[in-house]
Amino acid sequence: MSTIPRYVPPPPVPGGTLLVGGGVGGRGSAPYRPAPRRDSVSSWRWRHRAAYGACWVAGLSLCLIAVAILGYMAVEGVQYLSLEMLVTRPEPSLDQAQTGGILDPILGTLILTVMAILIATPLGAVAAIWIVEYGRPRWLARTIESGIEVVAGTPDIVLAIFGLAIFQLPLFAPLSFTADGGGVFGRSFFAASAMLSLIAIPMVFSATREGLLQVPAHVREASWALGKTRICTIRSVLLPVVRRHIATGSTLGMGRIVGDTAIVVVLLGGSLQITPVGDVPVLDVLKGSGSTLTTYVYNASPAGEGNAPQKAYAAAFVLLVLVLLLNAVATSIGKRSSPLEAHS
Amino acid sequence: MNRSDHLDPPGAFDPREAIFQEDGSALDPPTLPPPVRRVRVDQTPVAVPPETDRFVPVRDRISGPERMRVDHLTVRYGDAAAVKDVSLPIHQGEVLALIGPSGCGKTTLLRTLNRLTETTESASRDGGVLLDGQEVEQIDPTALRRRVAMVFQQPNLFPMSIFDNVAYAIRVQNKKTPRRRELEPQVIDALRRAGLYDEVADGLDRPALRLSGGQQQRLCIARAIATRPEVLLMDEPCSALDPKSTAVIEALIGELRRDLAVVIVTHNLAQAHRVADKVAFMFLGDLVEYGDVQQVFEAPVAHRTRDYVAGAFG
Repeated sequence: MSTIPRYVPPPPVPGGTLLVGGGVGGRGSAPYRPAPRRDSVSSWRWRHRAAYGACWVAGLSLCLIAVAILGYMAVEGVQYLSLEMLVTRPEPSLDQAQTGGILDPILGTLILTVMAILIATPLGAVAAIWIVEYGRPRWLARTIESGIEVVAGTPDIVLAIFGLAIFQLPLFAPLSFTADGGGVFGRSFFAASAMLSLIAIPMVFSATREGLLQVPAHVREASWALGKTRICTIRSVLLPVVRRHIATGSTLGMGRIVGDTAIVVVLLGGSLQITPVGDVPVLDVLKGSGSTLTTYVYNASPAGEGNAPQKAYAAAFVLLVLVLLLNAVATSIGKRSSPLEAHS
Repeated sequence: MNRSDHLDPPGAFDPREAIFQEDGSALDPPTLPPPVRRVRVDQTPVAVPPETDRFVPVRDRISGPERMRVDHLTVRYGDAAAVKDVSLPIHQGEVLALIGPSGCGKTTLLRTLNRLTETTESASRDGGVLLDGQEVEQIDPTALRRRVAMVFQQPNLFPMSIFDNVAYAIRVQNKKTPRRRELEPQVIDALRRAGLYDEVADGLDRPALRLSGGQQQRLCIARAIATRPEVLLMDEPCSALDPKSTAVIEALIGELRRDLAVVIVTHNLAQAHRVADKVAFMFLGDLVEYGDVQQVFEAPVAHRTRDYVAGAFG
């Protein structure tokens, strides 16, 4: 006689409420499921581990490089920087103590940046508006787009040499110093800012184009359907929307202009101080030669003819702060929400 | 890994270990009775009479004079004809619903009425579209579109204030004059007619894009009717809206048709039935049937209309 197994009731559960398996025996009959193992690197295959490690190394080393540059420049720059230096004109001297300050390079950078961006912003924005909103005939649109790409890809020293060739033409004599014999110097704030604007135009152009392409077609049609012309639609509806894109592009372009060296070396005449030409106020400065922070750093460093490495570090620090500031401004403009996304 | 680490609190009871014989050897768990589940027999359904008055529009017939006439109109995109030889009258005081499956040319026909198809490069048209007897080609598009206004599928307000959205429609191009004070009565009147004024009266300077979807669409309607157009074109105005806002807009359409001719494209047959006086059924670019709403929905002539209205395709 087979023994019928005796059912032994389960002992009371400590705590009493933890048994939630759903009825008698529910938990006992549930299949055993191990808890999901935590996904850890130690369980990966070695190739994935190596790639993961490489990502960390690459990221951290880039951070390290950035911190090193900033730290070094901050330590070296702040050490030699003084308020007096910012407001003193530079003097050519072999003795570092006699070389004066960096007032003229700072002013030169400001003048050049403002002039170049004033040329670049309308040109870039208008070109983008034409490409996106009109763009006919199509071959012309394609030509313009590839033209801007070519300009964007041209090394700035090539732009500089080209600019020199252009501005030495007799046609552009009023824009720079003309020697007694009639030879055109071809180097001035006008010439340098015109060529520098070419660096910023592609950035303004692409930022504006992206902004316009983001505006849905039915927003334009809504304006057209109210009997508005294309120009009126661009002016009243599209421009307010892409304003922040234009601002972002211009600010990034300003960062590039501030940091450019080759064009300034070739096209600004390479004089340490701002040297006006002629006697018309304002215009004489723009016709004359000068320097910017970048050329000052180059010239004052042991690489250039000057020998004022401490001044070079100080100027380089000012330059770095200026560029970082412009990039931060560009980022903060770009983060602002689009006026078309105001509903949420 | 010990399963008790993660499954059970320490000391918890595991029934699998508890079922054993007296000699200690484990046994199969005893078969337990299945859980008792109460099954409720469905009640006999009570027949609820459908809300017939909601679906059979019994309204005053206020048909006015003919405003627009589409005359043997053919619209092509490149070589493909989107609208083929369509002729239709559009009367003031009536709502004309264009129905039909997707891609049958309803929207193209609608956009041809205010010459918006011209903005598509490949589009070309044959035949006539007349506004008050005048060929629309001979009217300046900016003037035409102020007389034949349009409301789109998505609420597409401009990133301006509520007031400026309506004022923008009234102003000639982007002239700054007339000034705000002179425009205010017209703007408020348009908002009133669109049934929106009471909701936004306290903040006409708030950004229009902060309104709810239904309010945005009514502001679009206010913007469209601000210039006192003769014809109002609506391209699926409710397809992005919830049922409540849809009902509000449908009621609004019923009001608006007193003063102007309304042409509405809709995929929603029930909506066409609710709001329309005349229905035009289009299929693959052809106008298959045009007639009173009751006739098209209840006694369609063409078999394609019958199948579509009955829901056989579409």
